[in-house]
Amino acid sequence: MSNTTYIGKPTSRVDGPAKVTGAAKYSAEFNVPNMAYGWVVSSPIAKGTITKIYADEVLALPGVVQVFSHENVPSLAWFDRNYKDDVAPGGSPFRPLHDNKVKFSQQPVALVIAETLELARYASSVLRIEYEEEKHETSIEDKRDDGFEPGRGKTGWMPPPPPRGNPDKAWENATHRVEAEYVHGAQHHNPMEMFGTTVEWRGEGKITAYDKTQGVVNVQQYLTKIFGLSKDDARVVNLFMGGGFGSGLRPQYQVFLATLAALELKRSVRVTLTRQQMFSFGHRPHTLQYLKLGTNPDGTLAALQHHALHETSQFEDYTENVVNWSGMLYQCENVKLGYQLAKLDVFTPLDMRAPGAATGSFALEVAMDEMAYAAGLDPLDFRIRNYAEKDQNMDKPFSSKKLRDCYHQGAAKFGWDQRNHEPRSMQDENGMLVGWGMAGGVWDASMQKAAAKATLTADGKLLVTSAAGENGTGTYTIMTQIAAQTLGLPIEAVTFKLGDTDFPEAPVQGGSWTAASVGTAVKNVCEAVGEKLLKFAKKMDGSPLDGASMDDVEFVNGQIRLRKDPNQAVVIRDVLQASGESKIETDSSAMPNYLKQMPYSMHSHNAVFAEVKVDPDLGTVHVTRVVNAVAAGRILNTKTARSQVLGSVVWGISMAMMEETVMDHKFGRYMNHNYAEYHVPVNADIHDIDVIFVEEEDDIVNPLGVKGIGEVGLLGVAAAITNAVYHATGKRVRELPLYLDKLL
Amino acid sequence: MNSFTYSRATAVEDAVREKSTHPDSAYIGGGTNLLDLMKENVERPVHLVGLNKLPLTTIEPTPDGGLRLGALATNADTAWNEEVKSRYPLLSQAILAGASPQLRNMATDGGNLMQRTRCYYFYDTATPCNKREPGSGCSAIGGYNRIHAILGASEQCIATHPSDMCIALAALEATVRVSGPNGDRTIAFEDFHRLPGNTPERDNNLEPGELITGLDLPAKGFEKNFTYLKLRDRTSYAFAVISVAAALELEGDTITDARLALGGVAHKPWRDKEAENLLKGQPATADTFRRAAAKVVEGAHGYEHNTFKIELAKRAIVRALKQAAEGTQQASDVFLNSNP
Repeated sequence: MSNTTYIGKPTSRVDGPAKVTGAAKYSAEFNVPNMAYGWVVSSPIAKGTITKIYADEVLALPGVVQVFSHENVPSLAWFDRNYKDDVAPGGSPFRPLHDNKVKFSQQPVALVIAETLELARYASSVLRIEYEEEKHETSIEDKRDDGFEPGRGKTGWMPPPPPRGNPDKAWENATHRVEAEYVHGAQHHNPMEMFGTTVEWRGEGKITAYDKTQGVVNVQQYLTKIFGLSKDDARVVNLFMGGGFGSGLRPQYQVFLATLAALELKRSVRVTLTRQQMFSFGHRPHTLQYLKLGTNPDGTLAALQHHALHETSQFEDYTENVVNWSGMLYQCENVKLGYQLAKLDVFTPLDMRAPGAATGSFALEVAMDEMAYAAGLDPLDFRIRNYAEKDQNMDKPFSSKKLRDCYHQGAAKFGWDQRNHEPRSMQDENGMLVGWGMAGGVWDASMQKAAAKATLTADGKLLVTSAAGENGTGTYTIMTQIAAQTLGLPIEAVTFKLGDTDFPEAPVQGGSWTAASVGTAVKNVCEAVGEKLLKFAKKMDGSPLDGASMDDVEFVNGQIRLRKDPNQAVVIRDVLQASGESKIETDSSAMPNYLKQMPYSMHSHNAVFAEVKVDPDLGTVHVTRVVNAVAAGRILNTKTARSQVLGSVVWGISMAMMEETVMDHKFGRYMNHNYAEYHVPVNADIHDIDVIFVEEEDDIVNPLGVKGIGEVGLLGVAAAITNAVYHATGKRVRELPLYLDKLL
Repeated sequence: MNSFTYSRATAVEDAVREKSTHPDSAYIGGGTNLLDLMKENVERPVHLVGLNKLPLTTIEPTPDGGLRLGALATNADTAWNEEVKSRYPLLSQAILAGASPQLRNMATDGGNLMQRTRCYYFYDTATPCNKREPGSGCSAIGGYNRIHAILGASEQCIATHPSDMCIALAALEATVRVSGPNGDRTIAFEDFHRLPGNTPERDNNLEPGELITGLDLPAKGFEKNFTYLKLRDRTSYAFAVISVAAALELEGDTITDARLALGGVAHKPWRDKEAENLLKGQPATADTFRRAAAKVVEGAHGYEHNTFKIELAKRAIVRALKQAAEGTQQASDVFLNSNP
């Protein structure tokens, strides 16, 4: 142990002071001289043709600069591939202001630019646009028989594995059987910060886009390909985000519009969306799932069938892994998984926290609860009986899997052994029905290619940079910890910068892979600095490290010292000064070790235990207690990690109890498109939450042994609550959210 | 949002004159609803008459033993006022069940009466709405109408009135004091808000230019046996799916006086005097409460997504009356943290 051991410690956020003092700048807060303001005009219809835009009326208002629409957008890139971003699914990406076609309600159809925000907003409200409406289709219910299997999905999507065993016959012959449909509606990410972009015109066709995004490199590529810019011409910056949750994985249309306007007008432009417009793009798709489970007399699973159908747009085939998890979470020889999409006149859905898995684990884990009751087994005991020791989808062992520990530690903390199995058997002192439910889930432990650069200066300060993203999850902090510990520097001497395309490339912040990918790159680049330091150190007069290799030394407490004799040490600052160099600067990147990983299936797991109290007469539900036990490899920072899982639990409570974007199919339009009517929890909805990190060592996933925790904490939360409601009331609800009317 | 001019009035007469001399103008107090509506282009006044400098913020006793709430007293100041808390706790509880602390700090008592419906279609100018644009049609009928009315609706409009405070004011038989171009008058609370009928664009019976100056509470406050029960989709900062203001006067187990008003069910606070009469003189038992509840929903009509409200209203009424009779206020909802 040393003073410079940071990994695993509850280090406070290094960006915390900037955030609470307002020094942290968000994309729409960069003020540049001579800025014009854009306001997006959204389509009131879901499908049709724009027949007339009365732009002249609005241009006549003093101070209105321009009205951009399909009528005057300059010639841009022609091919679909230019509009594809790193996270684009198969199909033809939406091109804002491309033509006169309206493909979904709230589609951006014009951008009004004015000298002030107020004027742009007013002008947009009086801009007359005429449409010829066409019949739209927005209901997945009407498309039950029109599902199709997507051919090519986006990165990370895997078609379900082929059936194994004989799932139909095994189900027919099972001792106990359940089958049911599980449904949730569309959900929108709704981060607190609205999407916004400030494009600074740097002259001569060069811009800097301060854009709300989870991937500056992704946005830069998108802009350069569409607008024919070089990378030097289009710098993209995002230093902070007021939440992303996946909504910022793909370039949103405001960055296209602001860039278009800036390049055309040759001046700086800012475009921000309204809360209502935050419902005009990607979302978690409305999904219908059908499950069939059957058990053998000994309570093991005889058959498992899981089929999902969800919406996509007419122009892209959005895919997410909904059903695959069901083939790997439990041991079962007879499995059939099906996955289909249906095209609707809506915008393409988009990854939303634990995409697919949040959906799939809800259905699977409620079905498992139903199966446990049908077989007369305790739901936890039933899961342990069917524990998967290997990934049957891939026929590979897990690189590590401590789900059993999650079950045991979670159950112990929750007091599961005090549970009365009978539904409607428990009450509190106020006559409220008490229900205890549990569930769990599995998520990928992924790593992407990432790069970082490190500069150590003679004053002993280290700067590390990478074009990574920061959703607010703690990236700044954990990267600073990794860098500080790797070089044995005090954390105050280390600065980590991210979110700028001037820095080495990093992937979008998603998939729970940032800690693994960027973390490994940071570790590597700091080790490279360390090697150079050692070289200089050995050249020092009378160096105690003479002849030492990297394996012989450690970097701790601001020193390089011999492992076997820590008293033999040199001070890092002295090394640089003695070397005569003003700084050590180096680049490095990290890639997954595919050869090492090939034989394994790599995943994180969790188990969730929830208590609800239900008013027996009024149907009101309160989630009074949640224990979430997570096995996700090494935890880099127990404080920020706990916060992330707490947030996941709140998200899960929200998903279970209140979130649903409601479409009126008459208009093909989401109707509760604001924070007053699209509910997310308030403090009064959130009670006791316990987070347990189960110890899990894994040197296969990556050198840091981290699996990422952005998504896994959400899995099973909605199912555990739904199962607890069943336990409290005896009423099985299979459609979220759990509004009180479903429990009357 | 459109451009508008703004003037600040310092006397009631000035405010009324300003309003009357500016066509398409609106009064603005806390602005907690009007600004939202302006941002969504639902309201587009060209002139705003600012009221916050009017001397109408006091809460003081009336000669007949009641209490007068200045129209510009904030909801927060009203809810935490000692007189209101001790003599009209039903009102205090109803206010605290509404909105959020931030909104209650801004919102005024007069403005609370002027809140407009939360109907999705009213708020979205892309859809027809008879309340927003008379004659354009009601999108909620046949649409997503889970939060809509089950009582007193019309074929023109099934919107609900969103206030919590007003449900208590209806139960307490408050009086609305107004000033207008033609002088001062008072309006009984039950006559203040309207049912939609064929003029859903009119939420209330104020005449053009009239300004609410205060609310008078009668002497009787039902401070011993009352409940404001609010059922909603999240525990705070959500409009009522159903709310019930119940107030009883008891002699032993016999109900000697009763008040019952519902929110979330109609275009106005829904007070049911017939149901109240079924309670009076009766023992405070579950049977009595159920009879009253059945009476309230006798003429109820559900739509595609809100039929559940009929059964829920009955159960909520029974629960509210039971709590009121037992003097337990809102003990059923142990999670409601209204006492910071």
